[in-house]
Amino acid sequence: MWVFLVTEILFFGGMFTAYTIYRALHYESFVTGSHLLKVKFGATNTYVLICSSLTMALAIRSAQTGKRKGQIIFWLILTMIFGALFLGLKLRFEWYFDYLEGIIPGVSWAYSGAHAPGVKMFMCFYFFMTGLHALHMIVGLGILTALVIMTARNRFSPQYYAPLEISGLYWHFVDIVWIFLFALLYLIGGRYPGS
Amino acid sequence: MSEHSEQSGHVGHVVPVSTYIIVFILLMMGTALTTGVAYIDLGRWNTVVALTIAVTKMMLVVLFFMHAKYATGLTRVVILAGFFWLGIMITLSCSDELTRTWEIVPQGWNMIVPFVSRLF
Amino acid sequence: MSTGQEIPAESGVNYLNANYGIKSWLLTFDHKRIGLLYLVSITIMFIVGGMAAVLMRLHLVEPQGALFEPETYNKMFSTHGIIMVFFFLVPSIPATLGNFLIPLMIGARDVAFPKLNLLSWYVFITGAALALFATLSGGVDTGWTFYPPYSSLYSHSNVTVVALGVFIAGFSSILTGLNFIVTIHKMRAPGMTWFRLPLFIWAMYATSLIFVLGTPVIAITVFLLGLERVLHVGIFDPSVGGDPLLFQHLFWFYSHPAVYIMILPGMGVVSELVTAFSRKKIFGYSFVAFSSLSIAVISFVVWGHHMFVTGQSIYAGLVFSVLSFLVAIPSAVKVFNWTATLYRGSISYQAPMLYALGFVGLFTIGGLTGLFLASLATDVHLNGTYFIVAHFHYVMVGGAVMAFMGGIHFWWPKITGRMYPDYWARIAAAIVFVGFNLTFFPQFILGYAGMPRRYAIYPAEFQVLNVMSSAGASILGIGYLIPLIYLTWSMRYGKPAGRNPWGAKGLEWTTLSPPPTENFEEIPIVTEDAYNYPVAGGTRV
Repeated sequence: MWVFLVTEILFFGGMFTAYTIYRALHYESFVTGSHLLKVKFGATNTYVLICSSLTMALAIRSAQTGKRKGQIIFWLILTMIFGALFLGLKLRFEWYFDYLEGIIPGVSWAYSGAHAPGVKMFMCFYFFMTGLHALHMIVGLGILTALVIMTARNRFSPQYYAPLEISGLYWHFVDIVWIFLFALLYLIGGRYPGS
Repeated sequence: MSEHSEQSGHVGHVVPVSTYIIVFILLMMGTALTTGVAYIDLGRWNTVVALTIAVTKMMLVVLFFMHAKYATGLTRVVILAGFFWLGIMITLSCSDELTRTWEIVPQGWNMIVPFVSRLF
Repeated sequence: MSTGQEIPAESGVNYLNANYGIKSWLLTFDHKRIGLLYLVSITIMFIVGGMAAVLMRLHLVEPQGALFEPETYNKMFSTHGIIMVFFFLVPSIPATLGNFLIPLMIGARDVAFPKLNLLSWYVFITGAALALFATLSGGVDTGWTFYPPYSSLYSHSNVTVVALGVFIAGFSSILTGLNFIVTIHKMRAPGMTWFRLPLFIWAMYATSLIFVLGTPVIAITVFLLGLERVLHVGIFDPSVGGDPLLFQHLFWFYSHPAVYIMILPGMGVVSELVTAFSRKKIFGYSFVAFSSLSIAVISFVVWGHHMFVTGQSIYAGLVFSVLSFLVAIPSAVKVFNWTATLYRGSISYQAPMLYALGFVGLFTIGGLTGLFLASLATDVHLNGTYFIVAHFHYVMVGGAVMAFMGGIHFWWPKITGRMYPDYWARIAAAIVFVGFNLTFFPQFILGYAGMPRRYAIYPAEFQVLNVMSSAGASILGIGYLIPLIYLTWSMRYGKPAGRNPWGAKGLEWTTLSPPPTENFEEIPIVTEDAYNYPVAGGTRV
């Protein structure tokens, strides 16, 4: 599974490389673009994802220590709720408002402020990267659903819980990607007045 | 997803709940800190701080939530290889993009001097 | 799967006749059958790509072009490149011989994830079907490299569909690589330590590393390209601040290592062939093994040498040039070790060995001309000419395809249980060798004299060499057709091969030909090093 995650690192890595280089080339525009994002929801979503990582870890621990299946399912479902909350917030309060504000390149683009081409580029990266991340979240929710069903059918024991463990690795990985996306996209240019 | 992993079949290290909670609290604090610092003018250090906190948070997740701290040497090599290759990709790409505008002074080996002096 | 059944008799049940019908093939989890599925699919792709190549060469018989409009010619060489690279060479040895042999060589009953293995074939077929569809419904004219801004802004051909096909086929590579790495780590038979593994396994391991580390980057790159085409967002469009060279960076970060995906398995095959037909232990086992790994690692830090004349920073050019020279070291280590193995061996010149010797010679030429191209100054003159074309065909066709043919001939008795006519095989190997050199050696001279690649017309003074090259291509085509005929023939009429027709070492030769579904009657226990041939010939070395 770790080998697969290395693949994922390089998958996102390609985008991170491109982002790093363009940010160096178009520093001003990227800071301007960064300020269009809603940092409050970005931060909230980071908290939400960290919570989901905790509950995922606890779900695995419950299986490891041979707790009742109800407890494993409880933690798994809680993880799913946090995951769904993340997607909901993202869709309702970020992408929807982005759409209204016309800062989605190729779909609804009405931005005409400073550094327009560079900002457009930044928003491209923002949507590609968060979109890819959201796609991973959706896949993750699917996996979690399968895990809930498997748990309900008593498939796991302290001797055999590998599917939980590797799905956990995946879920934490997606969390890590978001930690970096949050730092790189929302925060990195600074949020203070005049930045 | 594959149905078996390299780790299947053995009982892994059980991490105490207290460790998970401490890591969780640290992660939450890290997020608050990094968001807060963004509102303070630190010049280019804003970038450094944001990335340092992000890397720290990642380390916490990898080591504790993902159990890398308790993993075998092989797993650790795999993880490090992943980041090493990402490093290769970013460093060498930047080696082109960020030095492209450097002035070319055709004076033989002398042009190496400013390049080397930047390193030290 | 009939594990735990009675041991099959010498002429009894094997993986080919265990069950019949389309379903038993299309839904099989047996690594040997999946290997054959791949073999059939990539042979079809090879024929398609090969036909494009022959048509191109026919077109170039006349300076003004004999057959097509220039646009059609562009589509022709793009089809050739895309099909041959992404859908033939990359999966050629790993997905066919690798799938078939890895479990047999390490003494396992199957790969680690058999279902994933089958999935990877379906993924591959989906990608290949998309690419073929795009070719038939109008074609692509960007070359196999898809460089923007041409591919993103100007080309009116089916770039998006082909990019999608490459993207999908990439996941097949990732799954295969993942599977092989875990298999080699976890499924070795008792006593099969790392330094007793056949060198083919080491080569496959190195190849899998590249699959896993490189392929995701090409996937995301062509994905970005596709998005740019569909949504017109301008990631690589310089008019809005994008950088087309960034595409090249990301593209070559995968595609240069991909060259080693093609050649490393070939090197593994040749290491097997050279020892088997010299009846000698390989010279410097650990050097050959580690040179595979170091090639895999170094291959990731040299990609900038594709971009010396693109406007890349000269500082980066210097760094990449120096790093590129490093690849020559492990490659040369291999060539020297093969030659040293041949030295005073008791060599027999059967068909697989002819291919192996052809490989060593042609790869050496291909590799050495690579050094010219890694030098900044000569590259400026040679870049974008036929010299490049000749260079990489010497490595890819002279290297990878020769090794693939050699490997197929070597393991054919194991795969089908029957021998092919060795006389015809040797004739075909000779025809391929002659045809190949006649096709591509003139291209070195053409390139040096300044004929640019990818043009549908050329000045009249280049005609003689071009006609030679075209004639060679026809001979080469015949050389590839003959094996297709006698190998198919041998499946039904060939003599039964027996377990070990070559008297070679290695676990795969200890089981039946063709092997039973579960590979071994019982899992073997390994007690000796690889290639433990009784010393023949001289005692030196």
